[in-house]
Amino acid sequence: MTALQDTTVQAPPRTASERLARFVGKSPVHIILGIIALLWLVPTIGLLITSFRPGADMRATGWWNVIVEPRFTLANYERVLTNEGMGQAFLNSLFITVPSTILPLLVASMAAFALAWVKFPFRDTVFLTIVAMLIVPVQVGFIPLVVAMRESGMPLLTTYAGAWLAHTAFALPFGIFLLRNFFITLPKDLIEAARIDGASNWAIFRTIVVPLSVPAIAAYGIFQFLWVWNDLLMALIYVQRTTLQPMTYQVTTLLGTYATEWSLLSAAAFLVMVVPLVVFISLQRYFVQGLLAGSVK
Amino acid sequence: MTAENPPVAVSTTATASKGGGGFSWAALFFLAPAALLLLVFLLFPTVYTIALSFNRGRAGEFTEWTGLDNWIRLFTEDPNFLRLGFPPSGALWNNVLWLVFYVSLVVLAGLIIAVMATRVRYEAWIKAIVFLPQAIAATSLAVIWSFVYAPDRNTGLMNAVLGIADIGPVALLGNPSTVNWALIAVGIWGSVGFATVILSAAIKGISSEVLEAARVDGANETQIFWRIIVPMVSLPIAVVAVTLVVNVIKLFDLIFVMTQGGPGTSSRVIAFSMYQDAFRQGQYGYGAAIAVVMVVLLLPVMIFNVRRFRAEAVQQ
Repeated sequence: MTALQDTTVQAPPRTASERLARFVGKSPVHIILGIIALLWLVPTIGLLITSFRPGADMRATGWWNVIVEPRFTLANYERVLTNEGMGQAFLNSLFITVPSTILPLLVASMAAFALAWVKFPFRDTVFLTIVAMLIVPVQVGFIPLVVAMRESGMPLLTTYAGAWLAHTAFALPFGIFLLRNFFITLPKDLIEAARIDGASNWAIFRTIVVPLSVPAIAAYGIFQFLWVWNDLLMALIYVQRTTLQPMTYQVTTLLGTYATEWSLLSAAAFLVMVVPLVVFISLQRYFVQGLLAGSVK
Repeated sequence: MTAENPPVAVSTTATASKGGGGFSWAALFFLAPAALLLLVFLLFPTVYTIALSFNRGRAGEFTEWTGLDNWIRLFTEDPNFLRLGFPPSGALWNNVLWLVFYVSLVVLAGLIIAVMATRVRYEAWIKAIVFLPQAIAATSLAVIWSFVYAPDRNTGLMNAVLGIADIGPVALLGNPSTVNWALIAVGIWGSVGFATVILSAAIKGISSEVLEAARVDGANETQIFWRIIVPMVSLPIAVVAVTLVVNVIKLFDLIFVMTQGGPGTSSRVIAFSMYQDAFRQGQYGYGAAIAVVMVVLLLPVMIFNVRRFRAEAVQQ
């Protein structure tokens, strides 16, 4: 949680009574923040508990009854992973997400490098056009791209290729924008010096710009990974084989089949959350830095 | 809701970005892959979709030009998309509800939590807790909240709590008059952390001398909040609000998973209608028109982004 850490503004209270007085004086703040913390934690915790409760318990009583009847099981996870296709869907999510993260990282950082450090005519116009493209909604691509992919004769919609390409393309405006704005903050002298030493653009890109920009590239990579992993809509359109569908799609299918089987639904919903939570908690520093770099100022 | 792209704003430290120079093979080499993808996957489809909105568009192809038929039907003959009356309804109207209530309440809650959190020692924990939904798929958010809203006191937390006061059980998602509010509440829950983190960083940029001076002059905390903090972070607020507006216009997953636009068609939003009408009803020309509506609604955001970039570029 270090990235969200901040120093408190006040001087530390000196005595116990002073500490108590300060705490009581702030008690409305503590109460409100306590309620907020509960509001944000309890729904998720309820689902987590339900995913470990036996189905019979779930049907009989609310999840909060675990306090009086603490029975837990892994049966729900076992069932959704094997019988309900979440195991295969987990792998499918990985197959969709990894290339859809690596490709835009590579393509966007190359373009951002040119826009930051290679001189060419109309460079600002090109960058402005990319800024303008930030808002293009994925929906404009659906009909023409599905038609084009279907008629291309290539198995784009029956493999992951169509999804990889569409995810990559629609991630580019944001990636180029974010990385270009980071790249131009690198010290000019360093890059000029390398140029004078005869380094090629590719060498400057690979040995100076990319290594110095790891925080920005990591932030973009995390965004893109979470975005694709959590996506449902693009998969609905560009992955037209049920057996290739990611976890988000599979959860939706389960919800249609087992509308009130919360034991299974909660386990499935949690499986979708596991990877993003691990990524997010372990790489949170980059994530928050990226968010702030993109916004404040 | 998940992993919102950070709002678009611009680094002020540009030093190397002036254009100029002659034609460059290096630039072409570095830009070609991105340019190719953007042309094929963004520019060409945009033109195609705009053209298709004036066509019947069977199977997504140009089959029969129909002039403004799709457009006239969309705005005057399709109560699922827009029905003006009292009260208005339809997908577009629901987006308006989202726009007004989701955007303003997320910003307000984000500001209040950010300000309150600065005054306690567990600030980092509070921010981390409200921020956590950012990592969660809208699909999972939908399951979490469908479960909370479940219309059974032995299942759904909300009805269990209401049951203590002998209210309900109520089926918020099953009632056309409550479903949109229930969904908007989930949206707010999912996005407050994003606003909190961005605005918290901005609030920390306010010099403590300003706040001290106000306190010495006898301003109370409410006055400090509205008269000092809010005006001083107005730009970050605008940037957050713009990001939230974009979220609303693109909103799809949450609706698709929680209600399928129902009950009936009462919780549809434009992105849902686009999918439904094009891909489930096979009315591709009509769906294309809805996609164009989305682009048009996003144009002000595009102008905002481009203007901001230009302003920054001039300052360099």
